[in-house]
Amino acid sequence: MSTTMENGKAAPRPGTSMLMRLTESRNGLGLFFMLPAAAFLLCFLTYPLGLGVWLGFTDTSIGRPGVFIGLENYQWLWDDSVFWMSVFNTLLYTFVASVLKFVLGLWLALVLNEHLPFKNFFRAIILLPWVVPTVLSALAFWWIFDSQFSIISFVLMEWGWIDRPINFLGDPNNARASVIAANVWRGIPFVAICLLAGLQTIPQSLHEAAALDGASSWQRFRHVTLPLLTPIIAVVMTFSVLFTFTDFQLIYVLTRGGPVNATHLMATLSFQRAIPGGQLGEGAAIAVAMIPFLLGAILFSFFGLQRRKWQQGGAD
Amino acid sequence: MTDQVSTAQPAQDDIVGMRQYDTLMRRIVVIYLPLALFVFVLLFPFYWMAVTAVKPNHQLTNYRDYSPFWVVGPTLEHIHYLLFRTSYPGWLWNTMIVSVFSTILSLAASVFAAYAIERIRFTGARVTGLMIFLAYLVPPSILFIPLAFMVFQVGIYDSRLALILTYPTFLIPFCTWLLMGYFRSIPFELEESALVDGASRWQILTKIVLPLAIPGLISAGIFAFTLSWNEFIYALTFISSSENKTVPVGVLTELVRGDVYEWGALMSGALIGSLPVVILYSFFVDYYVSSMTGAVKE
Repeated sequence: MSTTMENGKAAPRPGTSMLMRLTESRNGLGLFFMLPAAAFLLCFLTYPLGLGVWLGFTDTSIGRPGVFIGLENYQWLWDDSVFWMSVFNTLLYTFVASVLKFVLGLWLALVLNEHLPFKNFFRAIILLPWVVPTVLSALAFWWIFDSQFSIISFVLMEWGWIDRPINFLGDPNNARASVIAANVWRGIPFVAICLLAGLQTIPQSLHEAAALDGASSWQRFRHVTLPLLTPIIAVVMTFSVLFTFTDFQLIYVLTRGGPVNATHLMATLSFQRAIPGGQLGEGAAIAVAMIPFLLGAILFSFFGLQRRKWQQGGAD
Repeated sequence: MTDQVSTAQPAQDDIVGMRQYDTLMRRIVVIYLPLALFVFVLLFPFYWMAVTAVKPNHQLTNYRDYSPFWVVGPTLEHIHYLLFRTSYPGWLWNTMIVSVFSTILSLAASVFAAYAIERIRFTGARVTGLMIFLAYLVPPSILFIPLAFMVFQVGIYDSRLALILTYPTFLIPFCTWLLMGYFRSIPFELEESALVDGASRWQILTKIVLPLAIPGLISAGIFAFTLSWNEFIYALTFISSSENKTVPVGVLTELVRGDVYEWGALMSGALIGSLPVVILYSFFVDYYVSSMTGAVKE
């Protein structure tokens, strides 16, 4: 059967209309089917992407069309300490949160991969932080991190570990740690569940063979589990880094970039300058400045892990 | 494997023995304790949200006389306030409308696109598939400024239409990518025999491929719905009047006023705003997991 219809394409019948011929031809039909999605993405994704780059070269503000001013926005940002602070924060935030998410997520995935009663139930409830709207769970964290009535401070004071409430969001370093904690909380389920899916594809027989050869459980993890998991780790962490780097919601809810700009990420700073500040051009320039970092982060996490896979002799 | 392994002690733990080695004590320390910790940390904010939502005001910050972890005489006062004295029901309705319409729009466009890329295999289908994946990686935090500019110029600023039209920018790439995976798993032979029987491409799509891809459609649909329900930055930027806001934006911008935070109302707002996606999720856990992992694989 499959040989008789190798191309999956019927010969065009003569005498049909233009439309019929279009739908009979493979490319015509493909174009026709692609049209809605392609039109949409070109109008609302590709065009704005280009427009954003263009806006970065203008002094457009809300309600006033701008003119081309070359690299002025970027020169301005180059001398702007708040911008550099946001770059530093974004890199710190992305790095620390991604590492923590990876370590804790992998740990949780390994735990969930064991024989457990109610495994599906656990898997289901663990994913909850990821399903719930970030802004709404961030509000819960805002309340948990309250400067006076924080439940964490209360418990630590009850235990006698601290004397007065921790100023979670009022002190620059505490605020950074707090937003990273909230981001890790939200990101662990994603990493864990994806890695769990990867773990479940590793054949049990490999572990048995390694165990028969006398490999300890650490060696089995290091030399069997990890190499086989590397491809999926690469993809999951690429996504994780990407979403962490461009995070906006958590910071906006918890600190709005404060105290004194200590927790501004590039995304929140760009919003701050563009929408409440009205300087669309400058905001767009900050957003555009994220792109190289973003590409770098993607390439690093993707190819970095990809090469390890290749070095260990994994098939492509 | 490496030389480390071969020089290790002789194989003493055969597979049957491994289970016995796994004593209960060890399992508790290595598995159950970490699991309990993870579950506690991951779920505590929800518990805290729920407890605060039903706590009477005088207990909210009085940790000395009332245990903060429990509620004495739970109240519906906050929820009542939220539903009858604020625009909250309107925000729920807006979020619902925007999520449903943008999901339907994206699903429809994605089905055709995924089918074209995966099965019609027109010239450049591979490249198009790759572009779709790249489009999925473009974050909203880069796009919102130019989109706001466009929304202003087109004159749909501060309307639900602005959100319905912009949400598909992240929904279409995601749904297309996911559906491509599902279409790939449907055997070619089914389509070929239909072609032999004289079916048109349209008939093949609607009568053969779509019925077989229903799990994929459900996965993509509920996931897209959740993504649009949770969307924040576009809704924050493109909407200004209270009656057009979505739940996340409304709760954050309208319920947070002044210095005295009404934690009870805020937490009930967060709780009720989360419920629709949580209920949807609880019915379709497996679809969620498969769409999440499906989008990551490949």
